[in-house]
Amino acid sequence: MPGAIYAEGLVKTFGDVKALDGVDLDVPEGTVLGLLGPNGAGKTTTVRCLTTLLRPDSGRAVVAGIDVLKQPDAVRRSIGLSGQFAAVDEYLTGRENLQMVGQLYQMRAKAAKERAAELLEQFHLADAADRPTKTYSGGMRRRLDLAAALVVSPPVMFMDEPTTGLDPRNRQQLWEVIKQLVSGGTTLLLTTQYLEEADHLAHDIAVVDHGKVIAQGTSDQLKARTGGERVEVVVHEREHIQGAAEVLAGFGKGETKVEEHMRKLTAPVTGGAKLLAEVIRELDTRGIEIDDIGLRRPTLDDVFLSLTGHVAEAENQENDKEATQ
Amino acid sequence: MSAVTDTVRVAPAANPVSQSIRDSMVVAKRNLIRMSRIPEMIIYGLIQPIMFVVLFTYVFGGSMQIGNSTSAADYKNFLMAGIFAQTVTFATASSGAGIADDMHKGLIDRFRSLPMARGAVLTGRTLADSVQTALTLVVLAVVALLVGWRVGSDGSTNAAKVLAAFGLLLLLGYAFTWIGALIGMSVRTPEAATSSGLIWLFPVTFISNAFVDTSHMTPWLRHIAEWNPFSATVQACRVLFANPGQSTSDAWPMQHPVWASLIYSILILVVFRTLAVRKYRSATA
Repeated sequence: MPGAIYAEGLVKTFGDVKALDGVDLDVPEGTVLGLLGPNGAGKTTTVRCLTTLLRPDSGRAVVAGIDVLKQPDAVRRSIGLSGQFAAVDEYLTGRENLQMVGQLYQMRAKAAKERAAELLEQFHLADAADRPTKTYSGGMRRRLDLAAALVVSPPVMFMDEPTTGLDPRNRQQLWEVIKQLVSGGTTLLLTTQYLEEADHLAHDIAVVDHGKVIAQGTSDQLKARTGGERVEVVVHEREHIQGAAEVLAGFGKGETKVEEHMRKLTAPVTGGAKLLAEVIRELDTRGIEIDDIGLRRPTLDDVFLSLTGHVAEAENQENDKEATQ
Repeated sequence: MSAVTDTVRVAPAANPVSQSIRDSMVVAKRNLIRMSRIPEMIIYGLIQPIMFVVLFTYVFGGSMQIGNSTSAADYKNFLMAGIFAQTVTFATASSGAGIADDMHKGLIDRFRSLPMARGAVLTGRTLADSVQTALTLVVLAVVALLVGWRVGSDGSTNAAKVLAAFGLLLLLGYAFTWIGALIGMSVRTPEAATSSGLIWLFPVTFISNAFVDTSHMTPWLRHIAEWNPFSATVQACRVLFANPGQSTSDAWPMQHPVWASLIYSILILVVFRTLAVRKYRSATA
């Protein structure tokens, strides 16, 4: 049985730009998938296709057990969407915004009113509930936008870059909200360019680049693909590089990388801290003086670099325009 | 977050017509609340037509020949129907700008992801704009009376006819806001919607009987002016207000202005509503 969010071979072309080039996804019920990729990779376009905002050129999508292309309106009743632009009316108060969204989800006016009050309380917006949202801070607006997506407690949620542009404190806060939400059993698809965010919130991560899912797995699985931990040594003297390389060759599980000008050597290893101590002892025995040594676990940045050959944040903002237009 | 459950608290799909009306009202309410919080928009919307009333009355009045008369008083009474009609059409530009702004800010995306009636976002908006237009017309009529405009200055009329004239004006305005809605859905920025929403209105409102007697125009231009949908409403208002300068042309819309005004407005409404809603369905921010 396909998961709560399922996509098969989604293709979408804008003019000459192939925004989606056959996206496949399968998100089991009650889990979080992080869609990770740089600007212009096709994350937003994927979300737009799955939330009925955009019709793919080809492919199939099922959300909450409903065919997105055949019954878009039934899908809309089962999803909540929170976008990167915090789509709330700035001249309406927080309460008015939530009531309007509730009514447009076809709730009765009274029920929409009660639900709005409940959400404002939950998202710590009760004090600002009757102020136009224009006066809200960026973080408050994001929370309101998220609350708007939760008005009917939909079983499936989509969040398009929920924390882009937020300061670290607000980002942390929003992460807490999202974690609580997910612990309630909601299926969530979240797009992000922050590797840390995907690592933090998602059960599974799908790495997207040039309109394709190029890798999928848990954060640990993806990290394992880059070869696990490495020992990094910076020697004090250039002459000692050769000696240190010999030491590392003895412990390493693969080729040692040498950066001459930095006097830095990196070698993949297994064995953790215990091994690190042994390496230090051996270097000491040989009289090799070191400036720095450490055990490095791969970050998702490394994963991304090794998968795509380029750094995640290197592409410019303009590319994202293609995805949204 | 304890309230999060798996159940979707949504009523089953209602009768599409009543849902459409209900959703449109929810959106109209939103736009009216917005307007009440940006009163300067309404005030600026009033300055321009009031300025036109005053400028046209005192600058052009006396140098314009309406029928066989060059009296300033006759021009004043002739002018008002034209100014009223121009005012209701100029409201289109702000409609378009508002919709473009919603697109730009991602609100249209939010609406499109909700299980609401497809045309409701635009219907709600255009209805709210019509409320504003009605308000503008009331203020403008008062200003017109203050500078000396009088209904029944060239024949007899009654309250029902005068109200009917304002009804036709509102209908024309409502039909035109759908053109604005289509423009708003088609451009990329609110700024572009404002300028492109205004430009086309100048030829439409000036190549008409609004400010001058069309019988003095070059024949080909006169034909355009007499068949211009905008002119039909102006002529209908002059007839209903019993104001001077009614066209005696043989052109059908000038002979049957009330019918012509109704038919034109409804036609514009149907065509542009269809196009705008279709555009909305496939809209992308």
